Amino acid sequence: MTAPFLILAALAVAGTAAAMGLRNGVHCVLALTVGFAALAALYLQLGAQFVGFTQIMVYVGAVAILAVFAIMMTHHPGLIEAPFSRNWLWGAVIAAAVFATLARAISLGTASAPSAPPEPSATVNQIGDALMHRYILPLEIVGLLLTAALIGAVIIAIDPKDREESE
Amino acid sequence: MSSLQSYLLLSALLFSIGLAGALTRRNAILVLIGIELMLNAANLNFIAFWRFGPHPANRPDALTGIMFAIFSIAVAAAEAAVGLAIILAAYRHSRTTDLDRMNHLKG
Amino acid sequence: MIAAALTTQDVDQIFVLIKHALLACVPAALQPIASAVLSIIPILVAFPLLFAITTVLERKGLGRMQNRYGPNRVGPAGFFQPIADGIKSLTKEDVVPLSADHAVHFLAPILLVIAAFLGYAVLPIGRNMVLVNLNAGVLFFFAVGSVVELSVFMAGWSSRSKYSLLGAMRAIAQMISYEVPLVLASVVVIMQAGSLSLVTIVESQSGYTGIFPHWYLFTPWGIAGFILFMIAATAESNRSPFDLPEGESEIIAGYFIEYSGFKFALFFLAEYLGMFATSSLAITLFLGGWAAPLSFLTFIPSYVWFFLKLLVLICFFIWIRGTLPRLRMDQLMGFAWKFILPMALLNIFVAGLWRFLPAGPLNSIRWLVCIGVLAAPCIVLSFSLKQKKKLLVRTYHFAE
Repeated sequence: MTAPFLILAALAVAGTAAAMGLRNGVHCVLALTVGFAALAALYLQLGAQFVGFTQIMVYVGAVAILAVFAIMMTHHPGLIEAPFSRNWLWGAVIAAAVFATLARAISLGTASAPSAPPEPSATVNQIGDALMHRYILPLEIVGLLLTAALIGAVIIAIDPKDREESE
Repeated sequence: MSSLQSYLLLSALLFSIGLAGALTRRNAILVLIGIELMLNAANLNFIAFWRFGPHPANRPDALTGIMFAIFSIAVAAAEAAVGLAIILAAYRHSRTTDLDRMNHLKG
Repeated sequence: MIAAALTTQDVDQIFVLIKHALLACVPAALQPIASAVLSIIPILVAFPLLFAITTVLERKGLGRMQNRYGPNRVGPAGFFQPIADGIKSLTKEDVVPLSADHAVHFLAPILLVIAAFLGYAVLPIGRNMVLVNLNAGVLFFFAVGSVVELSVFMAGWSSRSKYSLLGAMRAIAQMISYEVPLVLASVVVIMQAGSLSLVTIVESQSGYTGIFPHWYLFTPWGIAGFILFMIAATAESNRSPFDLPEGESEIIAGYFIEYSGFKFALFFLAEYLGMFATSSLAITLFLGGWAAPLSFLTFIPSYVWFFLKLLVLICFFIWIRGTLPRLRMDQLMGFAWKFILPMALLNIFVAGLWRFLPAGPLNSIRWLVCIGVLAAPCIVLSFSLKQKKKLLVRTYHFAE
């Protein structure tokens, strides 16, 4: 519960709460970006450098921009929509119940040693080594998955008018 | 409360915020964002356990938490791309992204 | 002789020695913060100064290339022009459109400048002169570069203007498309050096055979990688010939159309800083960082070599801007995805070939094979991607 952890945790919670609560879609995504950045800083705090920078590069640099583009493309002038659905109370209750259950389980669980164990090392060399030796099969499968997702997303999202022009 | 418990509590809080957003928002894209948030919370869990878990020297699976987080980020990005493409296609068909209105299968 | 060697070493490390001397005067409790501040101040001073010099150089250089004088009124031969420009942009009225989103409109240039400055944290400017020697230095640089796209979008969308939104969409599409070849072109160097840390990459290029250095530029995959990296860097910084998102004759400054005064100056600063940062990364990856080009020139300090190489690359950017016409959007995107990306992937394969082929007399076998594997698809692709339209005779409808 050190000061950096508290500040970053507060930033993450504030960003994500704003992301789920604001009216304007683009504001939501920008607040979400703040939340992602705070999470990346938490990963750096925990000593996972590679994952922290990958989080910034993928989430802030790609997923947030994708979401923003999608919001802009699905918005025509004159579209006024209420932000929350009719049954929002049920959703809030379920989420609160889930949080209560998880918090109880965490507080009951056996705590690790009060003093944190020494920081394990995850240099890029070790990650690369692991990816090429032990985790080579998941790496190839994820490559295939990303290719399929790329081609599939382009095919699903292409405008039928564009497709006729290119054929 | 130890450091591990505080990180787990934070990740549980982020998960439930994402869940609340996914269950209550009307815009399909914001629901997708809630799902991304839940994935991020799970990632934080993995990294926290990697950091604070026991590490006998030179175990072959000492990097499991990091590996899982890396693959999870990659798969989540792919899923966000495909999900947003589907939302765009649905918008083109029904001219709305309001999930409360997209509730019959007949077009 | 020993005394002379000591003094060249001292001149080389003079900034490090000054910093250590200043740190010794600070009480021990404040030393980490003082050390960080003392390391950051040179970056905050040197690169905006370089930005000021570059604006004058660019305007005068472009002017000469276009057969006119550049600015030549303010100061000796016009070299105090940046001061006049600075005073002008600070005193201009800050006009914000009524329907603009004020919070986002204000934050966009700040985020852009922060992202532009953060990239300098991992660049080794001289021997032992890097701000933070991160284990994943190259990855940090590219992660910070991808924050720039988000702030470009914020700037374009918050102005609530058609021109700015269109410019922002174009700029983001271009930046995302060229980010992939940029990263792939640097993967070759990472493969060869075996590390993501920029200090390690510079040190692995610091040997000399005879008088010639071991820079990665002097290998076939290095030349190809450098060319691809510079093309992608030009596109990433929205410089001509890839400056469609902000072309003055096209879209009237694109995504920063609604900004005036100090915020406009911040956008300008951020764009040039981004250009310097990517050039510095190219120098670190391919041109040996702070290493001297010939082995008998090592008496000149390391940071002087770094800035000389940076100046050469900046003049190269200015030269290209004054020479080549602007690419259209579809030509730009086609170039990225159909030419640059396949060549970057091929370059990775060639780098692998280079490592595993035998090093014969003068490396001739390696050179021939690698150049062959690179040149054949390059020629095939360039011919197959040429536009099929023939140029017609120009006819005028209204003028005689």
